[in-house]
Order: sequence, then C-alpha cells, then structure tokens
Amino acid sequence: MSETNDPSPPAAERALAFFRDQFDLNDRSLETALDTALERKIDYADLYFEYTTTDSVSLEEGIVKSGDRHLEQGVGVRAVRGERQGYAHSDDLSLDSARIAAGTARAIADEPSARAPVAIAARVPSHDLYPVQTAPTDVPVASKVEWLGEIDRYARAKDPRITQVMASIVSQYKHILIAASDGTRVADVLPLVRVNVQVLAADGSKREVGYQGAGGRFELETLRDPKRWQALVDEAVRTALLNLEAEPCPAGTMDVVLGPGWPGILLHEAIGHGLEGDFNRKKTSAFSGKLGQRVAAEGVTVVDDGTLPGRRGSLNVDDEGTPTQRNVLIENGILIGYMQDRLNAGLMGVAPTGNGRRESYAHVPLPRMTNTFMLAGQEDPEEILKSVRHGLYAVSFSGGQVDITSGKFVFSASEAYRIENGQIGAPVRGATLIGNGPDVLTRVSRIGHDLALDEGVGTCGKDGQGVPVGVGLPTIRIDELTVGGTEG
Amino acid sequence: MTPTDAVGAMESVVERALEATKRSGASQADVVLVESDDREVRVRGEEIEFVKQAQERGLGIRALVEGKGGLRTAIVSTSDLAPAAVDRMAEEAVALARATAPDPAAGIPEGGFVTQIPDLALFDPDDRNVSLEARIDDAKRAETAAREVDPRIDNSEGSQASSGFARIVYGNSRGFMGHYESASHGLFSEPLARDGDSMQRDYWMTAGRRLSDLEDPAAVGRKAAGRVLRRLGAKRVRTCEVPVLFDGITAPSLIGQLASCLNGYSIYRESSFLSKRLGKSIASDLVTLIDDGRLPGHLGSKPFDGEGQATRRNVLVDGGRLETWLLDHYSAQKLGMVSTGSASRGVGSAPHVGTTNLWLEPGEGTLEELISEIDRGLLVTELIGMGFNPTTGDYSRGAAGLWIEKGEIVHPVEEITIAGNLGKMFEQVDRVGCELVWHGRTAAPPLRIATMTVAGE
Repeated sequence: MSETNDPSPPAAERALAFFRDQFDLNDRSLETALDTALERKIDYADLYFEYTTTDSVSLEEGIVKSGDRHLEQGVGVRAVRGERQGYAHSDDLSLDSARIAAGTARAIADEPSARAPVAIAARVPSHDLYPVQTAPTDVPVASKVEWLGEIDRYARAKDPRITQVMASIVSQYKHILIAASDGTRVADVLPLVRVNVQVLAADGSKREVGYQGAGGRFELETLRDPKRWQALVDEAVRTALLNLEAEPCPAGTMDVVLGPGWPGILLHEAIGHGLEGDFNRKKTSAFSGKLGQRVAAEGVTVVDDGTLPGRRGSLNVDDEGTPTQRNVLIENGILIGYMQDRLNAGLMGVAPTGNGRRESYAHVPLPRMTNTFMLAGQEDPEEILKSVRHGLYAVSFSGGQVDITSGKFVFSASEAYRIENGQIGAPVRGATLIGNGPDVLTRVSRIGHDLALDEGVGTCGKDGQGVPVGVGLPTIRIDELTVGGTEG
Repeated sequence: MTPTDAVGAMESVVERALEATKRSGASQADVVLVESDDREVRVRGEEIEFVKQAQERGLGIRALVEGKGGLRTAIVSTSDLAPAAVDRMAEEAVALARATAPDPAAGIPEGGFVTQIPDLALFDPDDRNVSLEARIDDAKRAETAAREVDPRIDNSEGSQASSGFARIVYGNSRGFMGHYESASHGLFSEPLARDGDSMQRDYWMTAGRRLSDLEDPAAVGRKAAGRVLRRLGAKRVRTCEVPVLFDGITAPSLIGQLASCLNGYSIYRESSFLSKRLGKSIASDLVTLIDDGRLPGHLGSKPFDGEGQATRRNVLVDGGRLETWLLDHYSAQKLGMVSTGSASRGVGSAPHVGTTNLWLEPGEGTLEELISEIDRGLLVTELIGMGFNPTTGDYSRGAAGLWIEKGEIVHPVEEITIAGNLGKMFEQVDRVGCELVWHGRTAAPPLRIATMTVAGE
C-alpha cells in the first residue's frame, strides 16, 4: 500500500511522514514489531509512538526569569488478553526498542500462537479538528517574552493593590503514531497552547490570589489578540480584588446556582468519572448497572464530545486510534451510555466510543472524558437567580475530586456569592460543595439557555495520568446541596 | 554492566553536557541525569490484570548565561543521550537562556556541596533481582487476604505492587559531581464492600526503600478490608462545630500543607499566609515539625539535594515557634538567607523547594485514647478535594470518617466537609498522639483540633 496516496487530512499525513523520515518507521516495521507481540496467544496488541516538544516561558517580578524546553519521545507497547494487559515502554523511538518492548508486553501470555502476520491497513481519520499553520513551539521565544512583558504591565496598571504578577505561556506540539494488530494504523499531530495569569492583590495585611487561564488546540496567535489576553488579566485582577472583600462562607445545606462555563466541572466530577467504562465493567462505580434508569431531572442532557474544533479536550482520534465522536451520556435525565476504550468496550460487548486516552507513551490507555457538558435549557439566568430565597451562587472553581464507588464528590469555589431573596449578595471565600453523584442531577430544578464552554485550562487526573479536558454548563439551579464553609 | 560502570557511563554524559553548555556560551551550568527501571503489577480478584515494565533515562540541563546585572536561565530536557543530541540540547539551552532576562539572584551555589556521601540505606542490592512473579505473588496475597475478611467484600479496584530503582548523577560547573542509587517498593490494596445499596472503597498501603521494609502482604489486605468495612452504613451529620481528630492517614496532609506555606518562593512572593511570621509562635506548643533528608532507609532521604547541597535536619516549627523557611539556593538569595538543602529537582524542571522526610513529633496517647477523650466529635479517615488556599490559610475539604459520642465510635459518616483556617487549626491543636507510622515521605501521628466547622445536613 502507498502511504503518500492516502486521502488523509494533512495532520495525519504530516505525522506519518515525520515518523517515517525521522525514525525510519514504516508500515513494514510496524508489522514486524506487532508480529513479535503476536508470537504468544493474545487477543490484541498495539504500539503507540510519541514525539512531543513542550516549551514554557514564565514571568515573575516583572521579568522572564526562565525558559524551559522539553523533548519527550518513546514507544509504548501493549498486549491484551481478556482482562490482562502487559505494558512496556522505552524512551528510544526505534523498531528495535519497539520489538524488545513487544517481547516484554506479551509476557502476560505463555502459550505460543500461530497467527497470520499483521497486515497494516491505513485508517483515515474522519476529522481534522486543529489544523495550525505554525507549530506553537516554533513561535519565537523572543515574541513570547515580549508578550509576557505586556501582560505584566497591563496587570500592574489596573490597580495599585496588585503586588505580584505571574504569567506563563506553555506551548506543546505532539506527534503520535498508533498501530494495532487488527491492522489499524493512524497518526496525528496535536498542538496545545495555554496562557496563565496569576496575580496577588494586597490590601493592608489581607492578601488574595486571582487566576485566569485560556488555551486549546489552535494557533498561539489566536490568544495574542489583546482583546483575548487582556480579558484574562481583567478576570484574574477582578477575582483577586473581589476576594479581598469576601466574607467567610456559610456552612450547611442550601440551594445553589452554578454559573455557565467552568462550573461544568460539576459534571466531570459528579457523574463523568462514574460513567467511564472501566469502573462500570468492574462494577465499582456508583453508576454501575444504572443504564436506562433516571439519574438526572427531566430536561438534563449531558454529552461528552471529542469532536469540537480547537477545544482543549478534543482529539481527531483517541490514543488507541478510534475516531472521537459525540457521545450522549444522559438524555433527558436517563442514563444511556458509558465512555469506553477498546479493552473495556470489548469486555462489555459494546463499541469503543473514542475515549481511550493516555498521558504519554509511558502510560496505558484508560477510558477518559474529552469535552463534557450539559445542553442548554430554556430559562433566563436572571430568573434562575431570582428563584432562590437563600443560597449560594458559584461562578468559578479551582478543582474537584470524586470517590467513584460511594459517588461522593467535592469541588472548591474560587468565586462565589451569597444569594438573599433572589439577589446576588456578598462574595464569600473558601466555599466547598459536596454531594452524591447519582443523586445530585436529580435535584437540578432549572436550566438556563446560556450554555458556555470553559476557557480551555482543565486537566483531569486518573491513576496518576493527567490529560487535557474541557467542560461546559449553562446556568443551573440545584436544590439543597451541602456547602462547606465556616459560618454555621 | 556493573553498577560502577553504569555510574561511570552516566558521569561521562553529564561531563559532556556540562562542557557543551559552557562551550556554547554559558558561564554556569548544572546537569542532572536519572536512569530508572520500574515494574508494576496489579491483581484483581483471581486475575493478573496488569503487568508493566519500563526503563527510562532523562537528562536535564540548566544553562546560565551572563547578562547585564545577572544571569539568564534556561532548562532543557531530553531522553536522547547520543553525543550529538546532547551537544544540540546544550546549544538550545544556551540559545533559550539568551532570550530570557538577567536575574541578579540566579546562579549555581558557590559552596555547601556534600563532601562525603553517607550510606543512607536507600536500596538493598539483593532487591534488584526481584522477579515480577514475586511481586505478583505479593499482590495476590494482599488481594486474597482482603477478600477473605468478610463476605461483604465482593469486589475491588485491585491490589498493586511496584518496585522501582533509580540512579541519579548530578554535576555542575563549580566542579561538583555526585551520584546515588535508590529504590522504592510499594504494595497497595483497595477493596470494595457492599451492604444493601451502599458501596464503599478504602485502602491500605505499605512502602519502603527495601522489600524487607514492607508490611506483610496479607496484613496489608486485612487492614484495607478493616478500613472499608467500617465505612459501610455511613450517614451524614447535622452541621455543627466539634473537635476533629485526624488519623495517621489524614494528619500527614495537614503538615504537608503547613510545610508548603514555608516554601521560600511563596515567602519572597508574600503569597503564604505565614510570610511575616518567622520567629513567631504560629501553632500550639504541641506542634514540632521536622524535615530531615538523612534518615537511614526512609523514602524521602537523599545524600544531597537537587543542587548538590548536603541534606540535613531542619526543625521547621519547634514547640509552636516558626524556626525556618524551606529554601533552595535561589529562594535563599531572594531572602538574603542560605539554602536549607531543600532543593528538589526533576530532569525537566528548575530546582524548586521540596520536603524530604517531613514529620510531626509524636506526643502522648494512642488513637484509642484520643477517641476516648472526645465527648462529641469527628475522626477523619479520608479527605477529598483541593480546598486549601495557602495565601489566606482558608481550609475547606470533603471528608469521610467516624462519628464519636461519649468517647466511642458510634457510626461512620460521609458527604460532609470540614472547614477552618489552617493557621487557626494549628493554633488549636490540643492533642498529638504517640503513633508515628510512615507510609511515604510525610508522617504524622493522630492529632486533634479543638474545634472545626463540620457541614452536613
């Protein structure tokens, strides 16, 4: 077969050419390495080649104190038999090390196998979601340094109480090549950029930090537009100053209104992880066996969609080569689907959903989220706030966590206000929300028409692996959620 | 290759990188090279679910280039150790450094390098030959033991065993070159228990530098089982203010958070709520907090830090009084102080401040005795979420644990939060127990905080 005549989108073709030209990896060598794994009786084997350049430039105290540049390259080889997985990886990108790793990975199986040699058949990715003209790691460092200086000056000019500004620009450019014993062979090039702004505001002895970031899989130039980056600085400064005035948070059970966008982290923690295929195959999730049942109020539809152009959580193909897709998890309150990788889909007798992801070649794929959000409803956000007599309005969050098995989740607000008689009241600090995943969405009583996705800064951790994700939410009201503050 | 040959080969890579960096125009440089060999197995039920083996290398170069009024810094890292690749990375480091700003505080330490490398018992040579089968057997024993405890334990997330070995070589342009070898082994078991509609998970783990340091696998499984069973039937409690007791699993997170507020970087940035409190009383007199990188056989021990400085014992808080910050060379320069030997360094990162073996000095009383002294309160056995703000000390986290009435545990609790302010919480420590058990690099005996807000129903 010919690699040059594939009707592949440009990203896939560039990645194939990269591995062929730089590391001499062609279809013949991929077949040879896979054949090594298949000398034992296994169900399935795959190879994941990665070459990633990451650079970051950071500013503090008005100067760019350091620049970093990291090269990560290697191959991960996996052999699968039933529920068993053998995994080996090497930081050497060559056919030889792939074969050695394949020899190690197949050790999960001891019977020899006489199987037909693997025949690679090119698979054509169905999307090209993040084409870029310039790799973000090729943007000259000098221009990033200049940009950080502008961010610093702009932030300090905004308010005399801003005493520290820390900002960074992180650029990543990743080439991947995946080949599997069923003949799958796909490749991709993934850009990822992120700009972070953190400010410290001081007033007398009071100090508060404000943070805002933005990013995604697009040209770094997109964020260079002053309108874009100044909005980040404005937000960081506003939240730091706001929190200087914030009061201690109330404690107890109350009605909570979540603002649009980043508060979608609620979906990620409260239900997303619980709907990942591995936990449900093993029946360790609080959502196990609940397919077809009501897990959310009427009107609640939750989607995980890896196909949104340019988003941080998007992928042309997942890290097992399965094209990403739009997966409806909860439709009008009823649980209708889990997120799957190949292993768990196979064991559960369903199709993979394009959610097999890994942090790097040194990590085994797991079912993971991409961009997870709730579809918009009909209501006016103002009216939703007005409907609450006494409660909390949470606008932004710093992070969350879930216990899959008990279903208990927690997340911490970085910007929140009291609601009194339908009006937004005083800002409060240190609010933590805690609830029960299978139950929390049944108490969603109002859904706004203002669905927004986050700014592109989310990283999800699972089994020690971090992957970039996105979340989104319209304004919603949840009745009777526990708020953990200090004021009883 | 013998261990000596392996170190020799690594030292020549480090030499080459240092020379190439200087030749490219750096006035100072340091280089770290790490080679590691890791194995990991997981058994779930009867099945060997996962087996992983990997060998990795990583080279990190820090280049410092002369600028007006200071040095310009860059860090590069790679796993490609071919001579041409090392030379190219060195050139890239220098080119990148030239694009950054001169910083008067930047630089490699002038002295303080370790002169004699003590034997800290960081590995047992015999463990190198440990087979995957032996670790699979450990995981199986833990898994079986956990499941045999009670019929309500009918599932698990598995039992996992790992063994890792590493060689670290660090060299710099002041002529210092040092190396050490270390290992870490672990065993972790996470059973699930079910009773009616309620399903719970919990874990127990053991870790050490030598396989012989680990707890017996069956004991690990049984302890994990005990912890999960006692969570069944958990209830919520009404919002209240009560004494809160942290056990040996949750108390270490509190002292880790306190130590993070003593990090020299957050002090010169004034982003720690403790930044003006050096020499002052910041905690109850029951609180003595120590960080010591020289405890033989401990998981946080190392002969020198990420900048070649001798590690040492640092008393951070003595009877409630704040004695020192944790400093690497840079943060020490910024504060006009000297490094406390607390530089932590990965191949891909600039030196930063980290703890080594951090612990809270034990006091008196077993956990049972501490429980028996509480009329009405909470024993926290698990914390979730990130609700801690080092700038203000505001603390609010999700918790699970056991409810105490009249000195006795009456029922498990879940879906609650505990909140306060870390500074005030340490001022209000009114009991520190006697049992100090190391599960990692940070350890604390059970400790009681006089009162915190528990939010629930």
